Amino acid sequence: MTTNSLKQPGGGLLDRLFSGRSSILSYTVLAIILFLVLPNLLSAFRLNMAGKYLCYAFACIGLVLCWGHAGILSLGQGLFFGIGGYSMAMFLKLEASDPESTSIQSTPGIPDFMDWNQVTELPWFWYPYKSFPLTVALILTLPVIISCILCFFYFKGRVTGVVFAIITQSMVACSWYFIVGNQGYFGGINGITDLKTLNGWDIRTESAQKILYFVTCICLFGCLFLSKWVLSTRLGRVLAAQRDKEERVRFSGYNLTSFRVFIFAFAALLASIGGALFTLQVGFMSPNLIGVVPSIDLIIYTAVGGRLCTVGAVYGALLINTAKTMFSEAYPTVWVFIYGALFILIVLALPKGLAGVWTDHVRLWIRSLLKLDSPAKPKKIKSQTT
Amino acid sequence: MFAEYSFEEIKSILIMQSFGGLSLLCIYVLMGLGLYVVFGQMGVINMAHAEFLVIGSYTMCLASKFVVDHMPTFINHYLWIAIPLSFGVAFLVGWIVEWLLISRLYKRPLDTLLATWGLSLIMQQCFRTFIGAREMSATLPDWLMGSWAPTDTIDIPINGLVILATTIILTTGLVIFTRKTRWGLRMRSTSQNRDMSQALGINTKVTDRFTFALACGISGIGGAFLTTVASTSPTAGTAYIVDAFLVLVLGGLGSLFGLVISAGFLALLSSILEFFMTGSMAKVWLYLIIFIVLAKFTKGLFSSKVRT
Amino acid sequence: MKLKSNKLYKIASLLAMGVTSLLHAEEYPTAEVNTTGLAVTDDTVTVGQLHSITGTMAISETGSVEAERLAIEQINAMGGVLGRQIKVIQEDGASDWPTFAEKSKKLIIQDKVACVFGCWTSASRKAVLPIFEKENNMLYYPTFYEGLEDSKNVIYTGQEATQQIIYGLDWAYETLGTRTFYLIGSDYIWPRTSMKIARNHIERVLKAKDPKCKVVGEEYYPLGHTNFRSLINKVKLKKPDLMFTAVVGGSNVAWYKQLTSAGVTSDKYNMLTISTTEDEVLGIGGENCEGFYSSMKYFQSIDTEDNKAFVKAFKERWGEDSVVGDVTQAAYLGPWLWKKTVEKAGSFDIDKIAAASSGIEFSNAPEGYVRIHDTNHHLWSKSKIGKFLKNGQFEIVSTSDELIEPNPYPEGYQ
Repeated sequence: MTTNSLKQPGGGLLDRLFSGRSSILSYTVLAIILFLVLPNLLSAFRLNMAGKYLCYAFACIGLVLCWGHAGILSLGQGLFFGIGGYSMAMFLKLEASDPESTSIQSTPGIPDFMDWNQVTELPWFWYPYKSFPLTVALILTLPVIISCILCFFYFKGRVTGVVFAIITQSMVACSWYFIVGNQGYFGGINGITDLKTLNGWDIRTESAQKILYFVTCICLFGCLFLSKWVLSTRLGRVLAAQRDKEERVRFSGYNLTSFRVFIFAFAALLASIGGALFTLQVGFMSPNLIGVVPSIDLIIYTAVGGRLCTVGAVYGALLINTAKTMFSEAYPTVWVFIYGALFILIVLALPKGLAGVWTDHVRLWIRSLLKLDSPAKPKKIKSQTT
Repeated sequence: MFAEYSFEEIKSILIMQSFGGLSLLCIYVLMGLGLYVVFGQMGVINMAHAEFLVIGSYTMCLASKFVVDHMPTFINHYLWIAIPLSFGVAFLVGWIVEWLLISRLYKRPLDTLLATWGLSLIMQQCFRTFIGAREMSATLPDWLMGSWAPTDTIDIPINGLVILATTIILTTGLVIFTRKTRWGLRMRSTSQNRDMSQALGINTKVTDRFTFALACGISGIGGAFLTTVASTSPTAGTAYIVDAFLVLVLGGLGSLFGLVISAGFLALLSSILEFFMTGSMAKVWLYLIIFIVLAKFTKGLFSSKVRT
Repeated sequence: MKLKSNKLYKIASLLAMGVTSLLHAEEYPTAEVNTTGLAVTDDTVTVGQLHSITGTMAISETGSVEAERLAIEQINAMGGVLGRQIKVIQEDGASDWPTFAEKSKKLIIQDKVACVFGCWTSASRKAVLPIFEKENNMLYYPTFYEGLEDSKNVIYTGQEATQQIIYGLDWAYETLGTRTFYLIGSDYIWPRTSMKIARNHIERVLKAKDPKCKVVGEEYYPLGHTNFRSLINKVKLKKPDLMFTAVVGGSNVAWYKQLTSAGVTSDKYNMLTISTTEDEVLGIGGENCEGFYSSMKYFQSIDTEDNKAFVKAFKERWGEDSVVGDVTQAAYLGPWLWKKTVEKAGSFDIDKIAAASSGIEFSNAPEGYVRIHDTNHHLWSKSKIGKFLKNGQFEIVSTSDELIEPNPYPEGYQ
């Protein structure tokens, strides 16, 4: 009697919450953590760090779509992260290099690193970055254009899997060399440093960093909803289908090239937004973020969070970076061992990451506690083959 | 740019430059050989491959240190022990790694890529913790140093000649091994049809383990010889890894002939580019050209005909 | 352990003889010496140490970490700074510039350290500099670097580019009779700026002396590059009197080994480097660079009592096999200069230290007498030319007569 009455009114809502069909619970929890818990719990300095980690989460959401759902592993997301980051940095640098504050240079009014490298005139490709609207437009379009050009021929030639992963890795290496080799135009190894204001607003103050943190969170939710919508369309289903049974989808009459190009470009776009916000919060951009290693780091954040779960990717980025910071303050060398072991552990034991722990264990356990019917066991993740 | 030089000078530079390209080809082949064996056999992409090279380098360095400290008279001959030792150590580590990790990941290439990346981080930190963060150098016998000068203006590096010889020996050795021996037969049959081989009584597990360890051992030898041209440090391997993979992909993943040809292509290209532009931009153009080539030949220059 | 600190104490007191008397904390109440809320208590003062101990740069930065540690232990053994023992919080920059920025923020804002000893590459310094300036803290930076910078919040204990380069080039011009130069460097700001200064000096100053002086080539290779055969062939084609090089990191080893194997040895070619110290020679092998020259302000083989005591202490602390290079020694100067500045200022406050830094002298430094410049935060120091020996040490073949003035913004070299 009692169990029945419990189950009827409340059980419906609880059932929905813990069913896996609805993602309200996960979004609400994430929103509470990001908007309420972290800002009240952390000092301004730590909150700024959390904001920085959330910027990686943008790229990770992109990877969930592109790697988890569409099966295209990209080891080169750092390239697109860098495009956004450098675009923003170039705008801020121009603003910081007004003729008065650079009067000590032999050519005042150009960024300091150009002056050190005997560049006497602002190069043509820096001119768009004098305007903020144009900069934002470039942050949003440049990664899309570049990713489309980069991947179109490969997807058309049906390059996937390992080969594509290695090509993207070389792409990111190539762009690193490009930045390093063009020191006068992009700041070389040093990157673009000493950024101060955004349209006259000092981004280095504590209050500004707090505002930027909230801006990041809002953008993050925007991207989460956008990717959820993308996945819920037919496109999302085609992508999942081609991941598991490529030939069958092809024979059903789909042209997979355009689907793949779209999702890859979408992931690139997300990474670029993350990069732009990263520059704003950190105050500089460096080629280190466009390296082979940081690009693989993005993969591990995604894998820890769960490669099929966009919300999980956010937790993955936050958790791994927090752990990295905490450990490296105490035992930096031990951290590298743990970090390496994490890669192996995730692959061997938890292919679905933290999200898998939630759906396969914790949620079932909660359901049994609440005496809700157990849904059918979730399917095992498809192991990918060439 | 050549107007001010005599014909003789340009000829010698051309010869030395070609030899430089040839040495680079050998280095690419030495790096790619192990990758090729592992991928061809079990579809595993080994991101920790470069660390096996470094194991070989460290073995060489430590052996030379031991010889210098304890039996300096041996210095001209220790190579003959150090090289098999490099092979042995890398082989052993490879055997253990296969047993603990790789054997659980067959036919999941994207996952092995991540797991072996983790492995490479761990191995790098092991080098740093147990051997030291600083760079090491092997004391090489005198006959390996310096150059051979056939004419006044041409200097051919002796270590380049040694690397060339090693590459040829290793590559032909590998071909003979896979074609002519029992183990090679097992390796080939397993890579062509795993289930059928198993049904015919071949222990594919042991074959895989042996193959992986063999690939690591070959990398170890490669690493031992790399000490003659480059540095040995915990992260030395990362400098090679991107190029090594590109060579493999360009060669068509699993064709030894393709590997050698694509290594030659890369070496030739980078020798030419580096002569005419600065190092960083030469790298950028090298990659861009490879991307374009790969966009045209998406299966690599020589894809293997056998589908697994 | 006890024995060791006893020994350290002896060596340290030897070093500091006649420079400082022991100071007691009671004479300097915490409220007076620390008005800005730094981590200073009645008997301790906390400082930060920020170097890469993981990642690719760990190779180079290990020496600096060890030297700073040694100096701090010695200072503590002598009674500390203003009677306070120095506590060190070590952070790992992990060879990653954003991490350097993050960790420096952590040290300054969260730990409120009194100063930071750290950074190695120009890029890491550039990444943390805005933070040090905004949060107002002190960085003691050990590496020889490109100049074009003079922050109130940084003390540069290494040489800036002109100190190292102009003396070296003049020496090569006079002693080796060099007229044609080939400039070679790794591709980042320090080599590029150094080569800019070198080219300027050759084409302006040396050319005025002898019109035959010229630069015949200038090349840059990315960090970590390991194949220099094409470059070596280009050098052979141009046949310069001198290769003037600033190749760093792992590339160094490949560069020297390939030079030797290509027959470019010191009996046929001359090379003057501004980037290879004893530390690097460990990896290169002395036989591969024997006979070339290096322009530095410090070599382990400097024959003074102070230096011998320092090298001995370093080896006792970090092992018989360890070597001391230019940057390692410069890193060792950091804590000592800081101690002297604090004692002169009678305070840990950053502004007072920044002001008191001008003219701080350290006469027992391993490299010899050094002094912080009156108007910028660099050191007056003597430049030296060392010749590589087979055992990995240097034979000092020339020392500048006078202390060379640091000039981070050299007129006419821009």
